[in-house]
Amino acid sequence: MTSRRDFLIAAASAAGGVGLTVSRRAHATPAEMQDAVRKVTGGAPVRSGRVKLDVPPLIDNGNAVPLSVAVESPMMPSDHVKSIHVVTERNPLPNVVSVHLGPRAGRARFATRVRLADTQTVLAIAEMSDGSFWSDSVHVVVTLSACLEEGLI
Amino acid sequence: MSALRARWPLHALAAACVALVYAQDASAAGIPPGERRSGYEFMSRETRAMQDDDFANPGTLWVLDGEALWNRKEGAARRACADCHGDARASMKGVAVRHPAWDAAAGRPVNLEQRINACRAVRQEAAPLAYEDKDLLALTAYVARQSRGMAIDIASDGGMRPFLDAGRETFMRRQGQLNLACVQCHDEQWGKKLAGTTIPQAHPTGYPIYRLEWQGLGSLQRRLRNCMIGMRAEPYAYGAQEFVDLELYLMWRARGMKFETPGVRP
Amino acid sequence: MARAVVNVPATVRRGEVFEIRTLVQHAMETGFRRTQLGEAIPRDIIRQFVCTYNGAEVFRAEFHPAISANPLLAFSTVATESGTLAFAWTGDKGFSVTESARITVV
Repeated sequence: MTSRRDFLIAAASAAGGVGLTVSRRAHATPAEMQDAVRKVTGGAPVRSGRVKLDVPPLIDNGNAVPLSVAVESPMMPSDHVKSIHVVTERNPLPNVVSVHLGPRAGRARFATRVRLADTQTVLAIAEMSDGSFWSDSVHVVVTLSACLEEGLI
Repeated sequence: MSALRARWPLHALAAACVALVYAQDASAAGIPPGERRSGYEFMSRETRAMQDDDFANPGTLWVLDGEALWNRKEGAARRACADCHGDARASMKGVAVRHPAWDAAAGRPVNLEQRINACRAVRQEAAPLAYEDKDLLALTAYVARQSRGMAIDIASDGGMRPFLDAGRETFMRRQGQLNLACVQCHDEQWGKKLAGTTIPQAHPTGYPIYRLEWQGLGSLQRRLRNCMIGMRAEPYAYGAQEFVDLELYLMWRARGMKFETPGVRP
Repeated sequence: MARAVVNVPATVRRGEVFEIRTLVQHAMETGFRRTQLGEAIPRDIIRQFVCTYNGAEVFRAEFHPAISANPLLAFSTVATESGTLAFAWTGDKGFSVTESARITVV
């Protein structure tokens, strides 16, 4: 199957003898995602719950996917969310975004738009003020990837 | 599903082409007015939400830049658009939905980009801006935004007729390595799937658009170049008369439809 | 300076939690794209976003290439006192954009 990109590169190569390596890294691995998680948690256990990761399960365009995370917490000085981290399994890099909060946030939540490169699992981890870690994950199906589809001008 | 699959794999288009070769000839009527749908209606709920909310729509960034440019003194004449046109919200209302429009000096219809560049040259004595230049996109977005919600209203009488016909002829003509005509997909096969994507009707209801694939704002001509490359046809150069004629035909074909600029599209 | 838009309510009741929405113009070049001749386009992204409320940091975010172009970021904070909310985006190639909004707390 010839992609648009391959067609153009083949044409350019035929025209000018341009050599190309196609050995660039396409995506990270689940192991790399676990490494990214470990960097956040220092190896501490991560429990499922208290975190709600909102991202559409079926995505037709991976370039601008709305994503939001909300964590149950009173957000008091004695009990609050310190940070929230989003990582992926199959993007070229595992980390997506990290946000640092505190009691002044009022509510532990944020929303943004992200790029998703492939059908994969997206994971959100929250670090609490008491040192515990909680998470939520969503499996997404991506029909048009970001990062890996070469757009033409 | 391979992450590296292109949006328009060759074998799928080849199969479509073979099927279309034996299809009925295109009816001259096109899409019945009651069945016309903007590309907006073919998008996911999330992408529609992105367009609808000015604070989530990245096009807003270009519109705000355009507003600043509107008020900035330009060129050797040190004149701002605002110096002649005043408040764009009043003076530019209805302008974008009438373009491409007849230009007496040029002796032919011109699109909004050409109109802005003509003003820059004659009134501001400033150099013209190239297609997809950040400033031209910002100005076009700002001017076009003033027509949001209005009905597209393109004249087709008198002098416009030959150019409208030329644009229609391009739309109907088989082109490129796949020998496909725009009409075959966008008039006859809209709503059906091609390579996992729903084929839209191809109405320019929101230009310049923020296209997710570009991760940026772009003109109708940029989108048309993408189409032609996708069809494996040699794209016209930016500013080519063939493009302006085609823009005229597409806007005329969308007459009466609501203008959405700045649109968001996948 | 690149364009940034912030959406902050003009007036909020003391103690209320309110939402701030921000949008900033930036291509967020991932570093994974190549030109049509195969040359790598280098990474060029916003790295950090900070929001301060009368000088005190209330929210901070670290961006990676997986954040979409023209980043949108929405978050909350508690209305403590009237004053200025300041927003700063910094990134590669010395990218630096600031915006601010006044808020009245009643």
